[in-house]
Amino acid sequence: MVIGERKPFDEIMRMAEGLKKIMVLGCGGCVTVCLTGGHDEVRVLSSQLRMARDKAGNPIEIIEKTIERQCDPEYVDQVESIVPEVDAVFSMACGAGVQFMAEKYTGKPVYPSLNTTFVGGSKKEGYYVERCQTCGECKLYYTGGICPIARCSKSLLNGPCGGSTKGKCEIDPDVDCAWQLIIDRLKSLGMMDRYEDIMPANDWRTNRDGGPRKMIREDFQR
Amino acid sequence: MADFEPTIVAFCCHYCAYGAADLAGSMRLEYPTNIRVIRLPCTGKITPVFLLRAFEKGADGVYVAGCLEGDCHFIQGNLVAKPRVNYTKKLIQEVGLEPERLEMFNMSAAMGPRFAEVAREFTERIKNLGPSPLNKKNRNKTDKAA
Repeated sequence: MVIGERKPFDEIMRMAEGLKKIMVLGCGGCVTVCLTGGHDEVRVLSSQLRMARDKAGNPIEIIEKTIERQCDPEYVDQVESIVPEVDAVFSMACGAGVQFMAEKYTGKPVYPSLNTTFVGGSKKEGYYVERCQTCGECKLYYTGGICPIARCSKSLLNGPCGGSTKGKCEIDPDVDCAWQLIIDRLKSLGMMDRYEDIMPANDWRTNRDGGPRKMIREDFQR
Repeated sequence: MADFEPTIVAFCCHYCAYGAADLAGSMRLEYPTNIRVIRLPCTGKITPVFLLRAFEKGADGVYVAGCLEGDCHFIQGNLVAKPRVNYTKKLIQEVGLEPERLEMFNMSAAMGPRFAEVAREFTERIKNLGPSPLNKKNRNKTDKAA
């Protein structure tokens, strides 16, 4: 899932300066699961904003709403009747959701309430780790299911480097060396022959270096 | 400030603090009338939203009273509540409220005197802090919003 972290409250307050009525819009997708932009978090942020503005003697009216997903036009359309009522929309979705809202409601400012941080998963409730960098050319077949792009600090394709000590990365003793994990895993699978192959220099055009990307299922195009 | 009578919301677990409040009453113990008790099935039911809405609706102080650690009727509800209360302290601090206005206490159903003591101590704490700095004029509006 896409992981996001809520922006510092002061930053959100600055964005809300001068606004009298806003909608705080949650997303029922990834950011609900990672506890940063769902129904509950909409209520928390709205309460905080109302209290801070009341305290300053400058109250703000807030419409609290959460839709199934903000990265899908059919759900974004559902707030069509509310958007004209407000001065701005504070989206609690990832960057994709914010932009889908902004694209649909061209005449209305849509502001982000989260910083979109990475693609990952939850190790346990409330504890999220990065696992994918969306490089567009998956190498997990060669590396025992452990990604050298996302999990090696240098994204090395032929590791480990000299900064690997006792299975940890030189950038932080709490960070596992991805290549140590890969070797351990390949050994346990009896697939060390894959490690012997030298991987060629990466083609980063499938990553962001090729500009914005899109994916089209032809059979769904009408 | 001497005549300030705070409004305090106490979220009490059915299996302990609520029982302790009942016992305090049976024992004819006196505690301040500022406390408004809201019964919960377990303090594990508490979320930051409950606590924030209490402040938003005009509470000057809020506390959560759960079972003694290790004695939760639902095994670990009170251990779930504790970090949530601490997290909410940060949230109210961001808004400009003193984090001391929010607290978590632990007690058993047999601790009637402790319930009264907590109520007295917390009321005293909030009286010393003074009224919630939220603009009272707007309370009716937030009532509607919530």
